[in-house]
Amino acid sequence: MKKFWAWGALIFGLLYFILPLVGMTNFSLKMRRGVYSLDAYAVVLGDPRFQETFTYSILMALSTIVFGVLLVVPTAYWVRLKLPGLRPYIEFITLLPLVIPAIVIVFGYIRLYNTSSWLPLTGTTTGTNILLMFGYSTLALPYMYRSVDTGLRSIDIATLTEAAQSLGAGWTTILAKIILPNVLVAVLSGAFLTFAIVIGEFTMAALLNRPAFGPYMQLLGANRAYEPAALAVMSFALTWGCLGLIQLVSRFQKGAQSPA
Amino acid sequence: MSSDSSAARPPAREPFRLPLHWLGAAPFAIFVLLFLIMPTMRIVIGAFQTPEGSFTLENIRGLFTTSILSAYWISIKISVASAVLGCLIGFSVAAAAVLGGLPKWIRGPLLTFSGVASNFAGVPLAFAFLATLGPVGLLTVFLKTQIGIDLRALGFNILSFWGLTVTYLFFQIPLMILIITPALDGLKREWREAAQILGATNAQYWRMVAFPILLPSFLGTLALLFANAFGAVATAIALTGSSLNIVPILLFAQIRGDVLGNPHLGYALAFGMIVITGIANTIYIWLRARSERWLK
Repeated sequence: MKKFWAWGALIFGLLYFILPLVGMTNFSLKMRRGVYSLDAYAVVLGDPRFQETFTYSILMALSTIVFGVLLVVPTAYWVRLKLPGLRPYIEFITLLPLVIPAIVIVFGYIRLYNTSSWLPLTGTTTGTNILLMFGYSTLALPYMYRSVDTGLRSIDIATLTEAAQSLGAGWTTILAKIILPNVLVAVLSGAFLTFAIVIGEFTMAALLNRPAFGPYMQLLGANRAYEPAALAVMSFALTWGCLGLIQLVSRFQKGAQSPA
Repeated sequence: MSSDSSAARPPAREPFRLPLHWLGAAPFAIFVLLFLIMPTMRIVIGAFQTPEGSFTLENIRGLFTTSILSAYWISIKISVASAVLGCLIGFSVAAAAVLGGLPKWIRGPLLTFSGVASNFAGVPLAFAFLATLGPVGLLTVFLKTQIGIDLRALGFNILSFWGLTVTYLFFQIPLMILIITPALDGLKREWREAAQILGATNAQYWRMVAFPILLPSFLGTLALLFANAFGAVATAIALTGSSLNIVPILLFAQIRGDVLGNPHLGYALAFGMIVITGIANTIYIWLRARSERWLK
């Protein structure tokens, strides 16, 4: 009896998740009347706007990752090494982006960094791009920080630092050659998650008026029938890819650590 | 950009030690201040200011008009409905996998899949549900032609309260599964055995041991799911355009084009969102701290 209910709950859950995926895949293949075809995908992939926005979002994701790593790794390292008393506060701050909705944060950006302010970031294209990247870094902060901080916990940073210092290494060398390689797996899983978040992000890009992939999808959804479904299939595959890679690298790490 | 290391280099060997090691946290502090704290404070302060900059409660009072209140009300209803259903369904699925005697190999894929699905929000999610439950969606057409159930005639519309709730559940349920599974794992076999030795029935064990232990996790996740749904903008806009009057959509339109006709009313609207998600998250953090006592 218990098993019956357990299977029932599981199957209900599975149906709930598989039906929309089947629905969107099915729909994306029906552009040509009467037969299944990949026409919708061909149209989407051939659309120059798709190529532009997708490239833009990929570049945005990559720069967000680089900036996030440069910001988070030294900070998490330094806090663990020298300022352990600050940890709870920093942890709390890194959770704030989960509390404050993205739309509110970007609203603040628009008011704070407009053309008549002390730091007119939204006045130029480059400035707005940088602002958007900072926004994405903020959104990714909870995931990046937690991931790196967990990675740092598993290594003895105090000993590693002293050993490196006694061999004459400076802080930059320690961070780049000792700490970063040791938490690489954690950094990578933070990076993939950041990538998955940034690539389809809508709110910030739309309100800052940047030609990103998220607003493009929304626009296409408002005007077309089959192409959005094709886009949804591709995004889902992309999200799967990113999170699958996280699983892969963390398994790789477990494999590498177990002999030691 | 973050030249943390150069700022941090001197303190280690300086003979007299100013508290320079604090400088190591400076780049992070500056970033967070400029791009998280100050923008939020700007909104909060703006909510209590007149356009000329003097203090006022007029903006907050301005929220209490019929259309804005109804936007909050619909938002809260959708968030509550999707959080409660998400919790219940997610709990059932997690309990089935952990305690229901299902094969062990189901767990791993279930958790991996939940990780993906809970991140599959936003615009693509809306498309997936339009293609499934929309007017010509897979399920709608199947039910109509094969079984004879006309969802539209029954009053179901994907661009409505229930449509949005059903869509939000797609990321709510997996999030619940991800959070509650460790809590279910934390129920130790010894507790059940101890209860049985003391003569408890299965129902008594659940009511007096398992339920009180799980309750903080359960309620905490409920609060988290509520905040999660309340702040969701992209899914709602991609799904309904502007046809549903909920707070995130209203705020989006306000930022784009001042539809309320008063910029400071926009601040107040955003401030209301922070207050609501803030309360929900405080409840979550507080209850999580309580539930973690049992998970060691």
